[in-house]
Amino acid sequence: MKIIVCIKQVPDTAEVRINPETNTLIRDGVPSIINPFDLHAIEAGLHLKSELGGTVTVLTMGPPQAEDALREAISMGADEAVLLTDRAFAGSDTLATAYTMSSAVRTIGFDIILCGKQAIDGDTAQVGPEMAEFLNIPHVAYVGKFEEINAGMLRVQRLMDEGYDVVETSVPVLLTVVKELNQPRLPSLKGKMKAKKSVIKKLTHPDIGTEEKNLGLAGSPTQVKNIFAPEAKKDRKVLTGTPGEQAAQLIEELKSLKCI
Amino acid sequence: MRIVVDNKLCTGCETCLSSCPYDAIVLKDDKAFINEYCQLCRACLEVCPEGAIKEIETGVGVEDTTDRDSFRGVWVFAEQRDGRIADVSFELLGAGRRLADAREAGLSAVLFGADNSEAERLIHWGADRVYHSEAPVFEHFNDEPYVELLSRLISEHRPEILLTGATPTGRSFFPRVAARVGTGLTADCTSLEIDSETGNLLQVRPAFGGNIMATILCPYRRPQMATVRPRVMKKGQYDKTGTGEILKIKADDIQSKTRVTETIKEVSETMVNLQEADVIVAGGRGLGKIEGFQMLQELAGLLGGAIGASRAAVDEEWIPYSHQVGQTGKTVCPKIYIACGISGAVQHLVGMQSSDIIIAINKNPDAPIFNVANYAIVGDVYEVLPVIIQKLKEVKGI
Ligand SMILES: Cc1cc2nc3c(=O)[nH]c(=O)nc-3n(C[C@H](O)[C@H](O)[C@H](O)COP(=O)(O)OP(=O)(O)OC[C@H]3O[C@@H](n4cnc5c(N)ncnc54)[C@H](O)[C@@H]3O)c2cc1C
Ligand SMILES: Nc1ncnc2c1ncn2[C@@H]1O[C@H](COP(=O)(O)O)[C@@H](O)[C@H]1O
Repeated sequence: MKIIVCIKQVPDTAEVRINPETNTLIRDGVPSIINPFDLHAIEAGLHLKSELGGTVTVLTMGPPQAEDALREAISMGADEAVLLTDRAFAGSDTLATAYTMSSAVRTIGFDIILCGKQAIDGDTAQVGPEMAEFLNIPHVAYVGKFEEINAGMLRVQRLMDEGYDVVETSVPVLLTVVKELNQPRLPSLKGKMKAKKSVIKKLTHPDIGTEEKNLGLAGSPTQVKNIFAPEAKKDRKVLTGTPGEQAAQLIEELKSLKCI
Repeated sequence: MRIVVDNKLCTGCETCLSSCPYDAIVLKDDKAFINEYCQLCRACLEVCPEGAIKEIETGVGVEDTTDRDSFRGVWVFAEQRDGRIADVSFELLGAGRRLADAREAGLSAVLFGADNSEAERLIHWGADRVYHSEAPVFEHFNDEPYVELLSRLISEHRPEILLTGATPTGRSFFPRVAARVGTGLTADCTSLEIDSETGNLLQVRPAFGGNIMATILCPYRRPQMATVRPRVMKKGQYDKTGTGEILKIKADDIQSKTRVTETIKEVSETMVNLQEADVIVAGGRGLGKIEGFQMLQELAGLLGGAIGASRAAVDEEWIPYSHQVGQTGKTVCPKIYIACGISGAVQHLVGMQSSDIIIAINKNPDAPIFNVANYAIVGDVYEVLPVIIQKLKEVKGI
């Protein structure tokens, strides 16, 4: 069983703050981390391997320093790592990213592809399903539990707003996973040693047979027009005084609005 | 839009290098160079002492491969579960009508599964036309048949704009449709408008964990596709006498490689309450202890409301995750939202800022929650809330 896990290196958005005056992000040493949902995808890959045998390959498309993320995945137990990096990938939106990544996994070979539910820097949740479409294989999104797995068929729970669906799918398949699925393991000492020594395989545009016009900015149908700060409310009333006075004012306001 | 370095101004001082959350700025020939990993977050713009880093408008993007003008009309893909159309579909028909009017075009809905009476409801909520398939393959949600039929309909009828709810199903199959028809898709939009100059759809969405908002365009490909979270748009007019046509679509040849064998409902009372409640009383880390939620419960009881929470309160395990409001929780839009001891991190705000009236109680006068509040009470929740509860009881004669 050839298992591929797609991981993305992202800035830890929990640490990112915005400067309200200049409307820019304050970085101040925000660490780069593996997208949290992708840690669950790695764990799922290792679990599937232990049940079905085979290998776990982690794949990322990103800058050279994304190697760190790949090494971390190896220290968790992944067998090999592939870095997809090329200047031609500049400015990819989700469609161009999915196109490029799907070309790469086709080159590597796959049975099961695992993605995180979404990446926390963009929160789009689109790359996984779009990859499955380019590969012409089924996908199941929001996988929260494996019910039964064997080489030809997976039965999984897909989390929905009001509960879950039990879904059966054939293999090859792409799954996107949520954090309810498992508890990602920590890197082992042995894993860390292995990670240090591992050779990260690099793939570029010519290696994966992509068409130039579908890559990067040129292959991205969506464009960012502008970026701005979320707006503040204009009709704000500050209720002052002692707690008793504040409470009284609020009750009066709610009465006049016919809320009580 | 792109961020570029003006080589004439750049002194190679390296100040900008550490400002980039994506490590996308490198030194090349002693000048800063912004590489392909730039995510347009603009963090570097302010830090350059020379003002050498600039934002420029770009016209480049995919070439105009589709005949744009042959695409017309606004479509809403209506989601159904167990044969009932989800409310978000009616909200999107409200938004869709505005867009259709701005484009002087028609508004259609697409419905897979459910029966004819549900298709009629779409017309009462404003659709001029409904493309409806009652094929058994649509009884449960499976991505492949949904993708197949919707893509066929798009190729045949060429809508200009296509919207659906940013629900687990919408977010699962819409990306595949976009990939199949080769167009862009913008997730979780909070505002949709037509650019009066170009006629393009301006799609606003939170980016970077909600810290900033971005306007996204899909200028050269059609249809322009977007998902919108439930409760972000307001429903349009309901008109029981509204008329329109229902076109029945055959899908007998469509099959699926995935199969739903069971659908399990696990709705806790609170979850339903939260998204449908007129009043939400929400608590954050500022409550300081689990008992704080008992006080909120009492207030919510008096107002007939439900309980919400920030992620911090959920992480403290003072209240279950199903109560979480925000980017990774529920989006809510009650008449009154009372935020108690919540700082107002953007990730929280994106889930509640479209509430009609927001009341915020916080010790810190500079808490960002006050930026979205209609009523700001600077004070300690443990001093203010008991008095509010007391006075409410008096009003109600309890
Ligand atoms: C990817 C990502 C997704 C996230 N998703 C969500 C989400 O969906 N929902 C969400 O809520 N958060 C989310 N967060 C977390 C978010 O960034 C904040 O950390 C969180 O909302 C903070 O919760 P809080 O306001 O309760 O706590 P704090 O920020 O700690 O604020 C507590 C507030 O209480 C006030 N206070 C303290 N004591 C009192 C008192 N006695 N009386 C009155 N006021 C008092 C303080 O002044 C302070 O403003 C997410 C973060 C990330 C990175
Ligand atoms: N550049 C990338 N490299 C590797 N995997 C990615 C990349 N971008 C997205 N993914 C995968 O797709 C998932 C969804 O990402 P997104 O659509 O950006 O929210 C992530 O959790 C990853 O598994």
